Amino acid sequence: MARTLKLRIWRGDDKTGGLQDVTVEANHGEVVLDIIHRVQATQMGDLAVRWNCKAGKCGSCSMEINGKPRLACMTQVASYPEDEVITITPLRAFPVIKDLVTDVSFNYKKAMEIPAVVMPEGMKPGEPRMQQVDVERSQEFRKCIECFLCQNTCHVIRDHEENKKSFSGPRFFIRIAELDMHPLDMLRNRKKTAQEEHGLGFCNITKCCTEVCPEHIKITDNAIIPMKERVADEKYDPVRWLGSKIRRREEVL
Amino acid sequence: MATGVFSEGRAKIAQRTLRTDKWWIQPLITVGVLFSFIVYATWRALENAHYYAEPLISPFYSPCLSTTCVSGSSLLGTPFGHILIFGMVLSPAFIILIFPLGFRMTCYYYRKAYFRSFWMSPPACAVAEPHAKYTGETKAPLIVNNGHRYFFYIGLVFNTLLTIDAFLAFKNPEGQWGHMSLGTVVLLLNATFLWGYSASCHSCRHAIGGRLRHFSKHPFRYKAWTIVSKLNTKHQNFAWVSLIWVAFSDFFVRMVSLHPTWNKYFF
Ligand code: SF4
Ligand code: SF4
Ligand code: FES
Ligand code: FES
Repeated sequence: MARTLKLRIWRGDDKTGGLQDVTVEANHGEVVLDIIHRVQATQMGDLAVRWNCKAGKCGSCSMEINGKPRLACMTQVASYPEDEVITITPLRAFPVIKDLVTDVSFNYKKAMEIPAVVMPEGMKPGEPRMQQVDVERSQEFRKCIECFLCQNTCHVIRDHEENKKSFSGPRFFIRIAELDMHPLDMLRNRKKTAQEEHGLGFCNITKCCTEVCPEHIKITDNAIIPMKERVADEKYDPVRWLGSKIRRREEVL
Repeated sequence: MATGVFSEGRAKIAQRTLRTDKWWIQPLITVGVLFSFIVYATWRALENAHYYAEPLISPFYSPCLSTTCVSGSSLLGTPFGHILIFGMVLSPAFIILIFPLGFRMTCYYYRKAYFRSFWMSPPACAVAEPHAKYTGETKAPLIVNNGHRYFFYIGLVFNTLLTIDAFLAFKNPEGQWGHMSLGTVVLLLNATFLWGYSASCHSCRHAIGGRLRHFSKHPFRYKAWTIVSKLNTKHQNFAWVSLIWVAFSDFFVRMVSLHPTWNKYFF
């Protein structure tokens, strides 16, 4: 069952650009990425779009569809009413390169600022043994496909370019939480750096990251808020701070 | 200089948002409900009357700590005298309401609610906020939100007191035990919702087990953590239900104080 779709696609580069109207056929069961490919094949040969798996697993096709940050390959055309014009733009928190392709290198720089897991001294590859209950929380965060939709939606940087230098964003708060909850990680300054270097305090837990995550990771409830509580243990809770000085219990936690 | 979605280098799009759905409904409802609650609670606190109808006491006035409290309503005595502010007697409600207020203001769920709907930061996802600068919870006064756990602990004291109030409601107006009325049900539900709200709190989840690294070494805390985690996913619901029910409980007690027949006794 074919239908005729009216689209507005943003075309341009980092200097100029605007929305262009296109009319295109859509078949039953198609997703927005299919439609973009049809437009590219039939009407706009030089339309730039980034994609890879068409299965919601590579995180490449992030864009904004009717103003909502989404994966184009996971957005059914049928979810929009027949007469609705569908507006497609690149991510609006990052610099645009061309058409629907943005420069997301901000995220790669932030990723490099987080030290990887530090295993106990003398432990050789193959030796670590961990129980399932101990790694479960961290595993939720490993589902991340690095689509950066959460980063793009977070108002801290989307609405305030100047905050980019001091804020790493939700994708990296789940990374830090993953490591801080890791039973064998030996690096013990993750709470401090989360707050002081990665800008955890900028987050006002308005939950837009959780709302847009295609992997349904509970970013705010399971990573950001627990990290804020862990930071509070160290920085904002005099009773616990004193307790930790006296007893040095961190090892057995 | 243009910032946010209008920053140099980002796609040139004139609109603050291209969302086509009714994204403003949610914040509007939140403002409506929270604002109504604030107006009602302020009026009731200022009214300084009709908060006790033996054996029922309004949760806005419990524990009643001032010598101005009506007789019988002060479970914990009256350490506060007549406090005058601009020549007016300070309502005993204000002495205690600051604690539940602080608890809710620093609550992780209400933070989302008011940052979105009152402060519009952001009003909805992918809708540009109107502020030129933003520092979140890194500076005073919002940095206080990091102390939520202290309000949580104080909240437990209040829950206990309001639970005692609900049990005292098993008396009749003459003070004899073994009776039950509509008021008993109202106050019992009030206590239940408040316990639900506290038990599902994120600070509670953290204290119960969230701060651990090795669940396997603490099987009981792990079990407790899984239960609190389940409740925690419903924290938003508890937040609203308990808020509305506190106001309703107060309203009910006020009505009973004016029309004692409202409090139908079952036995
Ligand atoms: S909850 Fe925090 S990190 Fe997530 S989008 Fe909102 S401000 Fe950003
Ligand atoms: S956390 Fe979710 S939204 Fe963010 S990058 Fe990973 S998969 Fe995408
Ligand atoms: S193309 Fe891989 S996630 Fe859409
Ligand atoms: S009461 Fe809402 S998070 Fe603690």
